[in-house]
Formats: sequence, C-alpha cells, structure tokens
Amino acid sequence: MKPESVLTEKPPSIDCIRRQVADGTKTAQAFAEETYARIGAVDSRIHAYLALSRERALQQAKKMDAMAKSGQTLPPLAGVPVGIKDVLNMQGAPATAGSKILAGYHPPYDATAVQRLEAAGAILLGKLNCDEFAMGSSNENSAYGPVRNPHALDRVPGGSSGGSAAAVAAGMAVGTLGTDTGGSIRQPASFCGVVGVLPTYGRVSRFGLIAFASSLDRIGPFANTVLDCATMLGVIAGHDDMDATSSALPVPDYAAEMAKPVEGLRIGVPTEYFADGLDPEVRAAIEGGIEKLRGEGCTIHPISLPHTRYAIPTYYVLATAEASANLARFDGVRYGYRAEDANTLSAMYRRSRDGGFGAEVKRRILLGTYALSAGYYDAYYRKAQQVRRLLTQDFLNAFEQVDAIVTPTAPTPAFKLGEKTDDPVAMYLADIYTVTASLAGICGISVPCGHSSEGLPIGMQILGKHFNEGTVFRVAQGVEQQGVMPVS
Amino acid sequence: MAATTSITPEILAKYEPVIGLEVHVQLLTETKAFCGCSSKYGAEPNTHICPNCLGLPGSLPVLNYRAVEFAVLASMAIHCEVRERSIFARKNYFYPDLPKGYQISQYDKPLGEHGWIDIPTPAGSKRIGITRLHMEEDAGKSIHDGFPDSATRTYVDLNRCGTPLIEIVSEPDMRTPDEAYEYLTRLKEILLYTGVSDCNMEEGSLRCDANVSVRPRGQEEFGTKAEVKNVNSFRFVRAALEYEIERQVEVIETGGRVVQESRTWNSQEGRTYSMRSKEQAHDYRYFPEPDLPPLIVSAEWKAEIAKSMPELPEARRARMIAEYDLTEQDAQTLTATREFADTFEASAKKAKSAKRLTNLYLSELTGRLKAAGLELAQSPVTMDGLVVASDLAEKGDLSSRQLKQIFDIAFEKNEDFPVVYEREKPQQISDPAELESMIDQIIAGNPKQVEQYRAGKKTVAAFFVGQVMRLSKGQANPALLNELVTKKLDA
Amino acid sequence: MAEAAKVTAEDVRRVAELANLELDAGEEVRMLRDLNAILGHVAQLNELDTSSVEAMAQVTEILALPALPALETLRPDVIRPSLDRDIVLGGAPEAGSGFFKVPKVLER
Repeated sequence: MKPESVLTEKPPSIDCIRRQVADGTKTAQAFAEETYARIGAVDSRIHAYLALSRERALQQAKKMDAMAKSGQTLPPLAGVPVGIKDVLNMQGAPATAGSKILAGYHPPYDATAVQRLEAAGAILLGKLNCDEFAMGSSNENSAYGPVRNPHALDRVPGGSSGGSAAAVAAGMAVGTLGTDTGGSIRQPASFCGVVGVLPTYGRVSRFGLIAFASSLDRIGPFANTVLDCATMLGVIAGHDDMDATSSALPVPDYAAEMAKPVEGLRIGVPTEYFADGLDPEVRAAIEGGIEKLRGEGCTIHPISLPHTRYAIPTYYVLATAEASANLARFDGVRYGYRAEDANTLSAMYRRSRDGGFGAEVKRRILLGTYALSAGYYDAYYRKAQQVRRLLTQDFLNAFEQVDAIVTPTAPTPAFKLGEKTDDPVAMYLADIYTVTASLAGICGISVPCGHSSEGLPIGMQILGKHFNEGTVFRVAQGVEQQGVMPVS
Repeated sequence: MAATTSITPEILAKYEPVIGLEVHVQLLTETKAFCGCSSKYGAEPNTHICPNCLGLPGSLPVLNYRAVEFAVLASMAIHCEVRERSIFARKNYFYPDLPKGYQISQYDKPLGEHGWIDIPTPAGSKRIGITRLHMEEDAGKSIHDGFPDSATRTYVDLNRCGTPLIEIVSEPDMRTPDEAYEYLTRLKEILLYTGVSDCNMEEGSLRCDANVSVRPRGQEEFGTKAEVKNVNSFRFVRAALEYEIERQVEVIETGGRVVQESRTWNSQEGRTYSMRSKEQAHDYRYFPEPDLPPLIVSAEWKAEIAKSMPELPEARRARMIAEYDLTEQDAQTLTATREFADTFEASAKKAKSAKRLTNLYLSELTGRLKAAGLELAQSPVTMDGLVVASDLAEKGDLSSRQLKQIFDIAFEKNEDFPVVYEREKPQQISDPAELESMIDQIIAGNPKQVEQYRAGKKTVAAFFVGQVMRLSKGQANPALLNELVTKKLDA
Repeated sequence: MAEAAKVTAEDVRRVAELANLELDAGEEVRMLRDLNAILGHVAQLNELDTSSVEAMAQVTEILALPALPALETLRPDVIRPSLDRDIVLGGAPEAGSGFFKVPKVLER
C-alpha cells in the first residue's frame, strides 16, 4: 500500500503574494488565515509546528494590509507566511531547540534574521520542529516527537531542519528559516522536494540562533523555488553589529544575478561524490540534472576533492567540541529545566542536564568534551583543525577551475522512520556529501531534480565559492523543475 | 616603605623563596567586555544584564574597542611586546556565576608578552619580568551568607559578569615577600597613572593571587609551588607569603613534600588553608573562541594609543627631581597620584620658584592637612593660594614666621592664603632706619660674634639676621634686613 | 590503518563529570560503545601527514578574505539598555530579592 502523503498543489510564490496584497486582490490576513487553516488541517499528521504565533502574525498582516490600502510601496516579503525553526529566538514565542531542557523558555529578544524577515513584511506563523539542538539528520531526535515527510508519512523529512522543510512541502508556509551546520538545510530540502539554501558562513548574522557549533552554524531559507529562496536570503543577509563573525561584504542583487544565463559556466563534478554507496536512482537523477545543464550551455568538468573521505571524522570532532562548550550554559541556574530533587549544586547540574538532554545530544557533548580534554586536544581537536584547512584548500583549488560544483545532496532518498535510530554512526556517515561544504565555509543549495521510483524526491546539491551565492542560484535555476509537484 | 621580614635568618640562609604574582585588574570602561551593559560598580543586583552577559541561548560576544585600547596601554606601560594578532579562547568550567559555562579569555597568543617593571630593593633597583598580559571577562558574584536561607542557598548576582579584565602574570622573579609588596605597589602606581583602572582592592578592581615555592639555596630547579588566593591587600600578600614560606620550609624540614595546590589566606588567623576538594583538578579544555575573530592591533593603532600614554611615575619623578631640584623623598610625595602630580606641576609653573613652592608645600601644608584629617581638595589653602604665599616669600616680603602665622589663621578660619594676607597685612618693618637701630642694638650686645665676622667667618651674619628678626617679632623685611646687616658688619 | 585510542569506562566517567552529565549504568555502556565506534572513524585522520599544516584556529581564515579593520568587528564603549530584571528573574527556576538562587555551593 502506498504511504500517505500531504502535499500542496501550485503553491503561491513570494512575488505573487506580494503583488496580490499590494493591489488588494487578496489580503495578507487572508493569506495568513488560509495558512493557519492548512496547518490545522494537516499538521497533526506531519507535526512540523511546535508553537503558533497567531497574535504577532495577524498584527503584522493587518499592518501590511493597511500599508497596501494607503498606497505605500510594500516591502519585499509583504504578506508572505513564514515559519521559523525553533532554534531561532522569536520574542513572544517559546524557543525549545527541540529539547526538554528549554521547555517553557521564552526568549526576551528576536534573532536578527527573524527581525529582518519581519521588517521585510513577512508574517511569522510560528516555531518549527527540529532535531534537538539541531543535532540529527532525520528530525527523530526532537524531544517533542518526530516530523513526518509530507511525500510519504512513514518517512523522515530529514534533519535537523525537518519541520522547516516539511512545512513548505505541505503548504504550511511559503518560506521558512532553517539552520545548517553539517547539512541540516540541504538534506531535508532534498528529502522533502523543496529548495534549501546554505549561505556562506558569515553571510547571515547568527545573533539569536541557539548555537550548536559556532564556526559551522548557518541560517538559511527554504522555499518552493530558487527565486523565492534568493529573495529571502537577500532580506536576511548582511553585516550585523551583534555578530562579530558576520561579513561586512555587500549583499548583491541575487535576482539580477539569477537573470544571467548559465551558458558558459563551468560545472565541476567531483569523482569522490559518485563512488559506491550512492543509490542508483539518486545517481540517475543527478546525472539527469547535469545533462540539463549541459544542454543549457554549461561545460562539465570532472574534478577531485581528494580529502573528502576525512570530512566526516573532522566534522564530528570539531562540531561536537564546539557544541560541548555551547551547551554548557544549560545548567538549570538562570532559565530552562532544573531537576527538582537536587540538594547540592553538583547534583542540580548533573540531574538537570541529564534529565533535560536527549541521548544524541549527550553523546555529542561527551565526544566533544573528550576531544578537547587534557591529553587529547592535539590528537583530535587540533588534528581536525588541520584537516579542515586541507578540505578547504580542496575547494579553493577546485574553484580555480570551475564556477560551481554539482553533487548529490544525500546518498539516498528519505529513509523510513526508525530505520537508522539504532546506529548513530550510520546516521553520521550519511552526511558525507554535505559536511565538506560546512567545514569549508562555502555556500550551496539543494534543488529538486527528480524522484525515486517510489515517488520520493531527490535533490541536487550545487556548491559555490565563498560569497558566490549568485552563481549558485543561477545554476540551480537551470536545474530547477518548474511547475507542479507530483501528487500521490 | 618596606617593613623587615619576619622570616628567620636561619631559614633564609638555607632556602630561597621563589615568588610569582598573578594580578587581575578591572578596566575602567563604561561598558562590559563583550556587551553594552554598564560596568559600573555598586548597582542593584542583576540590573546590568543582557542576553550576552546572562548567557542566554543565541547570544554572541562583541569586543569593546576601549577595553582593547586600555589593555594595549597597560601592556606598553609595563614594557610588554604587543602582539599584532592575538586570539581569544574559551576556558571551560561550571560555576553559578559563570553563565555561559565558559569564560572568554586568552590562552595561546595573548595580547602582551615579555614585559618588565623595576622595583626598589635594599640592594638597588631590581627588574621583575612579566610573562604575559591578556584580556578576559570577569565572572559574576556568588553570595554564600547574609540571607535567611544562606544555609542551603547561594545567591547569584551577574552585574559584574562580563566586566573587562586584564590578567598580568609575572615571571617567578621575586625572592622575598618584600619584593612582592614592592612589585604590587609599583604595578598599581603604573596602572593608576595610565588611567586604565582604579586598582581598588576593596572593591575588587584589583586582585592578586600569589605563587610561592622554596628551594635549597644554590639549587637551580624550582620547588613545588602553592597558589595563595583570597588576599585582599598588599600587606596581607606579604604576610601570606611569609607564612607560606615558613610553612613550606617546615614541611620539607620534617621530611614531607610540598603539595601543588590552591590555598586560601585567613587574615584573622594569619595563616593559609588548603583548598583541596575531592573534585578532580580543573581541565579547562581551552580552545580558540569561534565567535570572535582574531584581535588585530595594527602598528598604526598601537602608535595612536602610545600617543595617549601619560608620563609614567619613574620617568616623571626623575624629571621633577631634575627640574625642581627635589629630593627622591619629595618626589615620591609629590607623585603619589597622577592627579596631584599634575596639579602640583601646574602650580609650579605659575610660581616664581618651584623649589620654594615645594618646600612650602611640604613644610606648611602637608603637616597641617594631616593633622586636620583633610585631603588636598578640602584644604583651606588652595594650590593657587600656595603660589601666592610662595611668591611673597621668594620676593622677601614675608618672613617665615609671618608665613606660619598666616597659615595658622587660614586653617583656623578656613580661608585661603591671599584672603588672610590681604586682611592681616602683617606689619613689615621696611624702614631702613628702624631696622638699622635694631641691628645696632644686636651688634652692641654681641661683640664676640662681631669679632668672628670680622675675623672672616661671614656665615655669622645669619646669627644677626635671626636675632633682629626675633627682636622685630618676625616683622623685619627679610631681604632688606639681610642687606643692612651685611652693610653694617662690613662697615 | 592507524590504531584508535580505546575509550575506557573510566574515560567515560571522567568526561561525564567534566560535562556534568549523570549517566546511569545502561547509558554508560551505550556511550562507551558509541564513542569507541565514532573514534574508530576519527582515527582515519591519522592517515594524513599534517605536520606542515597550520591548524585553522579562526573561521575568517578559511574565508580567504583580508582581515577587517578593527572597527568592523569591535564595539564602541557606549552603554546599551539592559534587560528588565523582573522579566529575566521571572523566567528563572529559582530567584529572590533580585538574585538568582542555587543550592548551596560548598567549595570556594
């Protein structure tokens, strides 16, 4: 029997919504109400949302409608219903990071990216489910229950931004924000058949993002089309005084970049990404996408990224080391969960953290602490930092020869819920195509480029040099399958 | 000045103490190191807090420009090499007043290195090396008593959390507790002069931990060191070190081994206690802070900061001694604080004679202020008033006795010198005839001295001057008197 | 193939203590197994000769951009409004008299 799916036909684009709100065809409030109705109808089966922020959403919708009525020029995202991953702070809504340790926590400030979306007119619908502290590749690590893939409800949506991807796929938002540390935007985008963007490290401010791994975390948009993603990125990108790692480089006009044809662009195809372990249907879909690009006048070049196989261990040492420090603040002292029965300080620390964190988070904290501990720093942490440099150099070398690199996003389409939960290492190994770009700080995107024989979406990953999102969008648009998504 | 140590000569003959000091200094910036909260001392608890210094999820540190300037200034003042590219690091441990569960500090590649300051010792000037100066943030305050439930509860105030600190680590170059005392005194003076901190140990803006070990004289290898914490005055640092040295020697002499540990100083009992707890030694797991890019202090910026460097105490004293013909002692008094040194020099420039101004200050003002328990700012006689007094004395319009009288009245009536002078206008006898008649009187009554003068002992003239001055009850015009006495005696 | 350092139960306990996690016996066993499995993979890194490779301390290095001038990444020394204490303490597990409260700290 074919698994149930919950998809949406012909979702509106950002531009379409804005125009309709501007010329009064349809109000922002109507768009918002419609989306909330959709959430009410289908989210019990998907479980993408953890909390809804109706009051803030409707207040904003009214504001946009008033602006439209008075003939003012509307901001770029006016009236667009948007969901926010629950690792991003949004005042007035809870922020759980998918964890029990933050149950009931309400942040007193907005993340910069959230603030910028709202300033651009977006309607913030609510907070989206995710793997606990963004650690996971299937959204099965959420303390609040898993998210299901709208294409097949017995499948995972991917992770950690599973809720963000699923919400777009099921029509419960037109755009969402997710985060990507080792692939957490790209892989769920691939599994859910939507577009997901990995901006260059530092392109988008991390202020207000509950940190997982500080040198790897990125905030990025999900949407139905590359153009919509580009529009959203244009709004949230740019320097922020509150984030010392945010880049001061100017934000280009991505739409203008995308308007340029792809003819003449050199596309690199790394041999290391097309070896054994790659599902044949995924391979076929990616090769189909590459052919499409060739047909549009791109030249295709085999390249090598020789240190690829060292990326997973490097990532898991560095990400967990940083995470072990970032999660130390969850100690039951000032906010969040505190164990009731603790009479001493150390008992309070241990029981609050042990009771509040899930198994995957604990595993990573232990690994990270170990890698930094006395006697092991050089062998693990320092070594990983060195290999990170080698991996980055692989990309810099490649980008001397090509303008963009094309790979599968994930080795397989979405797997079944529960299929990989017993084997954390197997789960880690599936990140092989995404962690390389994470470590190197470069930008990328996952764009739908086909389906498996079971009807599951397959995404193509396109990677670009630092701050070269424009080229990535250009190529992605060349691959993008416009129009209707298949309904099962 | 330094007191003599109480460690017995026998011990000192056999063992050599080795002392190093770690000093934490709060910087006088308006805001904290990594956020815009006020860093002012004394506010209501938990009112100077924000997502960053509270360690809320999603917060990020952004470094304070002025804190860097101050840290660079301090580095240069203690002759450190300022690193062009320094890195921040996370020092990881759990404590209720450390909200992030790590302190942002510097580990590898600190801001300043390889510095020194000179201290006075009985054997002459000694150079104490400074290993490093680095920037870090302060933690909050944990309060363990004073509340009804303090038996089971610790109270936490995070106002102080995030205040910018510099940590200055000396080389283990000190060999006596007195040297440690001098080092702290000189370091504090230098830092006060730069204006980067108010170095107030009572308020905690200056803190000191001491590392001390002993080794048999002649041995090159250092002994095992103990760290002494919780010492809140320079005096107590010296006392704690004396205690520790004796304790360590006793341990060794009775066949034991000194344990590397932290010890806390108990000033009431005059001894240190071990702080060894059952928990393992701290493994801080330092790693470079990913949220902060490397701190770049370019050559240009450094030069700009160097321009704002005030004249430091040693150099200033040397110059003032030369310029105003002062003694070392006088120079120390006048440079006790930078503010006073500035005030003094401004006045000295206005006065006809800086030397006389100095003498007047030291002889007439300091004693009276001390007796009355007043600071210079509260003195009835202002520095400008002192200048007037000094100029009058220099001109010879007032005798020293007359000066004293006016000062007495000024302090009694809380009025400035010129006011009293104008009113009292002490009668000065400037009529040569009147003076001459008094001189004749004294000459007549002191034939022996006249003989001495005539025999060539010219200094005897001072005797006559003094006697006439007494006779005139201090009212004789000193300059004129001197002239006439000489004339009469020569005649 | 390089030998992985074997993590022992003692290591797991030591690290759990550093990280303030209280693992029960079952968790300890599972963590031991998982850590060894992961570190087995991490051992692959030893295949690479990185003796002449500088460790990449800061992410800005990988972005291959020139260092920004100080003012871009530093903050002026100007006061910004602090949070409302009532709001902050209101969300705390235990607070009173304007302070956060925790079970008594014995050390220090």
